[in-house]
Amino acid sequence: MAGHSNYVPQSAAAKWLESRLPVISLVRGSFVDFPTPKNLNYWWTFGGILFFVLIAQIITGIVLVMHYTPSTDAAFNSVEHIMRDVNFGWMLRYLHSNGASMFFIAVYIHIFRGLYYGSYKAPREISWILGVIIFLIMMGTAFMGYVLPWGQMSFWGATVITNLFSAIPLVGESIVTWLWGGFAVDNPTLNRFFSLHYLLPFMIVGVVILHVWAFHTTGNNNPTGVQPKTKQDTLPFHPYYTMKDLFAIVVFMILFAYFAFYLPNYMGHPDNYIEADPLVTPAHIVPEWYFLPFYAILRAVPDKLGGVIAMFGSIAVLFILPWLDTSKVRSGAYRPMFKQFFWIFAGVCVALGYLGAMPAEGWYVIFSRIFTVYYFAHFLIILPMLGFLEKPLPLPASISESVLKGGSGKPSGAAAAPETK
Amino acid sequence: MSTMIKMVRSLAAVAALAVATPAVAAGANVEIHPQQWSFSGPFGFYDRGQLQRGFKVYQEVCQACHGLKQVAFRNLAENGGPSFSEDAAKQIASEYTVVDGPDDDGEMFDRPAILADRFPSPFPNVNAARAANGGAYPPDFSLLAKARAAQRGFPWFVFDIFTQYQESGPDYIYSLLTGYEEDPEGIEVPVGQYYNHSFLAGQFISMAPPLSDELVEYTDGSPMTVDQYAKDVSAFMMWAAEPHLEDRKKIGFRVMVFLIVFAGLLYFTKKQLWRNVDH
Repeated sequence: MAGHSNYVPQSAAAKWLESRLPVISLVRGSFVDFPTPKNLNYWWTFGGILFFVLIAQIITGIVLVMHYTPSTDAAFNSVEHIMRDVNFGWMLRYLHSNGASMFFIAVYIHIFRGLYYGSYKAPREISWILGVIIFLIMMGTAFMGYVLPWGQMSFWGATVITNLFSAIPLVGESIVTWLWGGFAVDNPTLNRFFSLHYLLPFMIVGVVILHVWAFHTTGNNNPTGVQPKTKQDTLPFHPYYTMKDLFAIVVFMILFAYFAFYLPNYMGHPDNYIEADPLVTPAHIVPEWYFLPFYAILRAVPDKLGGVIAMFGSIAVLFILPWLDTSKVRSGAYRPMFKQFFWIFAGVCVALGYLGAMPAEGWYVIFSRIFTVYYFAHFLIILPMLGFLEKPLPLPASISESVLKGGSGKPSGAAAAPETK
Repeated sequence: MSTMIKMVRSLAAVAALAVATPAVAAGANVEIHPQQWSFSGPFGFYDRGQLQRGFKVYQEVCQACHGLKQVAFRNLAENGGPSFSEDAAKQIASEYTVVDGPDDDGEMFDRPAILADRFPSPFPNVNAARAANGGAYPPDFSLLAKARAAQRGFPWFVFDIFTQYQESGPDYIYSLLTGYEEDPEGIEVPVGQYYNHSFLAGQFISMAPPLSDELVEYTDGSPMTVDQYAKDVSAFMMWAAEPHLEDRKKIGFRVMVFLIVFAGLLYFTKKQLWRNVDH
């Protein structure tokens, strides 16, 4: 981090500050002079995109809180007050609600980029694990945020998800009562969700700092998976990657704006425009789209406790992924068999998402079960075995070599150095 | 550039799949008749005349049972809505009675509504509404156009991203209002209910067919038919649910133009910066 900067303070003020708190060289070492592999493709811009979305969510959220009332009597109407009476309130709210979806689109691409290029492998295990922790906190934040407008899906989603904890033997019921702060989802539940929804994003910021710190210590992964060897393999972060990330962020903002301004309710559920009513259960209770794959896994298991374990297990397995993948080669670009299984796995995740939105009946259940089994098999059987079965393509000697042989991430065949396993 | 195009293409595909959440609703066999709406698409706007006619239908037919509690009388005179003149909106407000108080004696009192008031609801509470309507609750109109939607299903929900289809609410309301039928043979319609082939919650609806030809008098020459009434009141309900739709689309267009131009400039700046780097 700071070690990457050759910064020497020039002005008296800078010298004064730097000798007391070396914050200038810290920032320069991390985000200006930081040596970054020169072959990063656009999939690597999603880190910057996620940072942008996180900050956008925090800013719009803080302003929304100035107009929102966390109370079962007033929450729904206060959201309508924001939509109708607050200046540009509709824009703030649509940016915030669609921002949550954008956050998940970006984070899923970011995670799948890590899966494809082996970014979870040594020496970046800590960075990966911190990433999974961020993902978990994000899910908690999004879930509680969805409860705040106090619509029908808010209420019934909260009821269904908190009820999952009742599956825990012996203490389950007590835990649910404790979570609710009562005997049903009610005002105490709404208030604590509001409090936590405000707290958790700042915790995300904290873990993001650790996440970045970790991979700035090991250096970025890159599309070849080969560690930078010489100065020719890297570029200073600024201006090269600040510029590239900024361009990618603005392109992503186009997608974001398209939804926020033209399809603001596309990703929401119509029932959430009906005020919460504990006496009327919606015909189908569906979570937000970004939870659907996990919801499908939950419902695929016929036993309640089993379903809950499978659902949490589907994320828990990510924590041990660095030790499940036995291949010495990082990048999927040099792993012909892995590459195919990667795309099958991606397809299975999308299919689970679709099944999560469908009613739990007939063929939907059967396919949910098949895909759930495959989801776990990918991590617990396929990845461990591939390392032994697969013959990887030859790796380039260095990043510079791979770049000169045309196209990042593409194996260069005969001329490449023998694969160093 | 080719990697860029590939990226954008795969991103579009991923986004299309990832965000595709069908709105799941009960009743798979409801008939929906999509209409042409002036407020659809990126340049959509409300037809003033249509909103004013729809409001008239609401006043003369619907409001006996259905509230409009989120909408204030001042909204009737605001831009992007029915755009009544302020005097006309005041006049409309004064025809309604709202409860105010307590006064100096501690008594609640009735007074004519002013622009700052919201539409008073026809029933004091849900139970009173149910009691007066054979057990069925006539829902408040304020948000109905966003709170009702028939299931789109695959692959339509993917196409909806590109066509910007956000009118499933008014399409449903229109279909429901025009969806009454003679009781079909072999189907026993319960007493106090009516057969409707577009009702999401089942075949039978407790609301009697509310519209009939010539029921509401139009003075602008528009046809006085059930079809036209249904369209107009659906459009009015869309405005009631989304009063800032016009602003949203206008600002959205400017935002899109800005972002696209800005992204283009950034792309060439980036390219220039990286011109001597093999990557």
